[in-house]
Amino acid sequence: MRAYTPKDDVQAKPYYTDRFYKSPQVPKHAPESDEVFNADLESIKAKFEVLDAYIQVEQMVVYINAKDNYGVLELMRDELEYTQLSEMSAIDWLADRNGFEVFYQMLSMNKRKRIRIKMFIENGQAVNSVEKLFRSADWSEREMFDMFGIEANGHPFMKRILMPYDWQGNPLLKTYPLQGDEFAAWYEVDKIYGKEAREEIGPEIRDTARIDRYDSDRFSRLGHEVPKGTEITGDEPVNEQAYQEDGGVFLIKKFDKESSVIIDDPQR
Amino acid sequence: MAQHKVNYTQNGGLPAALTSIDKIVNWGRSNSIWALTYGLACCGIEMMASGASRYDFDRFGTIFRASPRQADVMIVAGTLTKKHAEFIKRLYDQMTEPRWVISMGSCANTGGMFNTYATVQGVDRIIPVDLYLPGCAPRPETLQYGVMLLQKKIRANYASKAQKAKRLM
Ligand code: SF4
Repeated sequence: MRAYTPKDDVQAKPYYTDRFYKSPQVPKHAPESDEVFNADLESIKAKFEVLDAYIQVEQMVVYINAKDNYGVLELMRDELEYTQLSEMSAIDWLADRNGFEVFYQMLSMNKRKRIRIKMFIENGQAVNSVEKLFRSADWSEREMFDMFGIEANGHPFMKRILMPYDWQGNPLLKTYPLQGDEFAAWYEVDKIYGKEAREEIGPEIRDTARIDRYDSDRFSRLGHEVPKGTEITGDEPVNEQAYQEDGGVFLIKKFDKESSVIIDDPQR
Repeated sequence: MAQHKVNYTQNGGLPAALTSIDKIVNWGRSNSIWALTYGLACCGIEMMASGASRYDFDRFGTIFRASPRQADVMIVAGTLTKKHAEFIKRLYDQMTEPRWVISMGSCANTGGMFNTYATVQGVDRIIPVDLYLPGCAPRPETLQYGVMLLQKKIRANYASKAQKAKRLM
């Protein structure tokens, strides 16, 4: 018997996925195929254990052990001329392997090459901060902490960077709902008015296309505007678009549509 | 003649006199709506365009102020994130009464296209809103029309009566 998968949201899914579809993989090449990369890899291998290495889209990917990350990056910066850490973050593999893949994208301006250092960490494990080596890692590590909950040991200011300090949850985890969990849904109400206000303010309306033409508290029909809270019966009079009251306003010239001129010369 | 005492100092004490005062106060108020500079996202660009020379808000007395203490209307122009929600409330509370709020653009009205965990789904969850402007982003003309509707709204109220402070709750 085939394993059961819930099918409740099949209709809601915006696209169709073929069960037998295998996504094409970007071809990988051996590091030996590139002189510069091969030399770099050899010097990394001389000092640290390398789990895997290959070239993909003209960039070398090197898998290392998580405990070596500071040493490898230091070696790359000081000896191999990879002087920039252009990006770093993590990838959520919790469902598959119960951990995260942390990557450091390195750039060498002299060699005109990019190397991606990757390492795997268990769920809950912390990484060594590389903030001392690259200033760019400062905010990136904070973002990683904010979005995935991965702490960087030795970071001088390990706090959330994008979400508020009192936020709960890590939004870039694949298990985090896009529209937020219970905490996120009531965050601003709880914080400003307190939990008692939940009832009065009500849940978030997530359907942005929702139109309730009988709701005169929030929106009224364009051209048929009524005062707030009016009962809608369906025969609301048409409101002419007017900028002023009928009687005019003291000291202010009334705008008269008939006598106005439309300037259609863009160079006026 | 009835033995009653009219308290002239109290609001609405003498309707005939106060109606004219109403008019003059409302005239003043509605034609010097100072707006708080409050561009939160791309709508803020349209709001700036409205203030610049082509659309020229100043001729209607709408001058942007950088302090909530000097502002009458808060034009919430853009996406309100949950992180920022407490500050919009604080700024609103710092504005002196009477005060009005224009919610400009889909983001401020309903959260707009940001149907995510980090965006407040409509500023009216935090502060009371007088006018909602549809659009993403509304053209400066829309904002101008909105401000004119707000002027109409101000003139329709009694200025002499202490305006009931607007509270969300
Ligand atoms: S409504 Fe549109 S233009 Fe305005 S802030 Fe939102 S996304 Fe930007």
